[in-house]
Amino acid sequence: MASEVTAATRNGNGSAPSPASSAKQIMSAEDVRRALTRIAHEIIEHNRGVRNLVLVGMRTRGIPLARRLAERLDEFEGVQVPVGELDITLYRDDIGMRAVQPLVGSTAIPVDVSGKVIVLVDDVLFTGRSVRAALDALIDYGRPKAIQLAVLVDRGHRELPIRPDYVGKNVPTALEEDVAVLLRETDGVDGVEIRL
Amino acid sequence: MSLAVKDVLRPPTAQARRHCLDLDDWSESEITALLDSAKVMQEILARPVKKAPGLRGKMVVNCFYEASTRTRVSFEVAAKSLSADVVNFSAGGSSVEKGESLIDTAKTLVALGANVIVIRHSMAGAPHVVARNAGAAVINAGDGRHAHPTQALLDLYTMRERIGRLAGLKVAIVGDVLHSRVARSNVHGLTRMGAEVILCGPATLLPVNLQVPGMRFEHDLDGILGEVDVVMPLRIQKERAEGGLIPSLREYRERWGVTADRLARLRRDALIMHPGPMNPGVEIDPEVAISKQSVIESQVSNGVAIRMALLYLLAGVPM
Repeated sequence: MASEVTAATRNGNGSAPSPASSAKQIMSAEDVRRALTRIAHEIIEHNRGVRNLVLVGMRTRGIPLARRLAERLDEFEGVQVPVGELDITLYRDDIGMRAVQPLVGSTAIPVDVSGKVIVLVDDVLFTGRSVRAALDALIDYGRPKAIQLAVLVDRGHRELPIRPDYVGKNVPTALEEDVAVLLRETDGVDGVEIRL
Repeated sequence: MSLAVKDVLRPPTAQARRHCLDLDDWSESEITALLDSAKVMQEILARPVKKAPGLRGKMVVNCFYEASTRTRVSFEVAAKSLSADVVNFSAGGSSVEKGESLIDTAKTLVALGANVIVIRHSMAGAPHVVARNAGAAVINAGDGRHAHPTQALLDLYTMRERIGRLAGLKVAIVGDVLHSRVARSNVHGLTRMGAEVILCGPATLLPVNLQVPGMRFEHDLDGILGEVDVVMPLRIQKERAEGGLIPSLREYRERWGVTADRLARLRRDALIMHPGPMNPGVEIDPEVAISKQSVIESQVSNGVAIRMALLYLLAGVPM
């Protein structure tokens, strides 16, 4: 259970991660920019273009990341890929195990997902439980042709058989460490930190 | 298992709330958060798969000691849309007829696995008694003349959805306010959100000892028609005339009925609402109920979303 609590604090339900006593930067703003550019190229290469593609960002920080990837795909391929927003609160596997119930957020998928290739976007991949919930949520919207996973940071410690298709940076971490992704849209600055 | 009264009535935050007994102890931010959650629930109801697994494995018991169609079905649809198991219990044909007490009945339901008890009862305070003793989350689906918080919440939701805000709205609740739990919960909810409530009706049907800041009494409906954003006539029961509280249904309609003639004197963007069930031709004319300004049908469908949001808020918290 300790791992789940950590997973929740790093996503924080929309609030900025609180400043911690010992923080070590592992990605600068430049590193984040380059990683996203590379992931965008990989998405194009892997799918041989961007036809039939839909980017879906997981609330909270997956959404701005998905938007930035869409900007790059437009820049490189000249195609505007639809961007959706996914809230997984009602699909979590720990409902009723917390003292307070997390607030549900809205989900907005602008197109019918049936037959589309979905690239699910999140900031940190940790236990894989959020992604499991996201897969269930997405499938309630239709039957995608395929679902791929893009994350800015893969910190390991998977508890489910889930692996990412696109990774910004692999970061070996200890269970008790906290990975904080900061983004301009939600936190004012870009960067990734490890906090104890 | 029993909770202290203060824990029942004054939960520290929205997210730690255990019960929904009335709206008088809800803060503005708590109500806003619930209305926002209901909007998300509405999205789920609009999807091809109208079901989310949020309350899988939870049991919701509808415990109705009084007749109901829309509220009971609405709670049932709401619970099922969140994948909860639903058990419907009505007092008729149960051990209640053998004299089983309310508390024992509630404890039995919890022993059978109930996580949430939705209760309607003719006695004001019955849901509070269950909340203090049963060890399950309790939702008041109407108790006596006291409160009907989920109806008020769906009314707030419908107004906010249609008009875009609640603060500053003028809402006229017309008719038998004295016997109306819907009106009482709406007074608390609306004034808490910064709306003004005008309780309008014959003096015999107004609860003169109800005093809440932001609310006032009026007797002349025609005098306030031009200034209100919402008109909500309440059902007039035929017994009220027989009991001498109103002279006759016809005279009531003359002075307080929301007629086609009065509809024409309302602002064009004013909403007509009704908590149901209606008495067409008494408190509301049939053509008013189906007019463009009527949102009565939306009230019913919004009720499901509000109840989903509330069930999710309460059922997910360990007792």
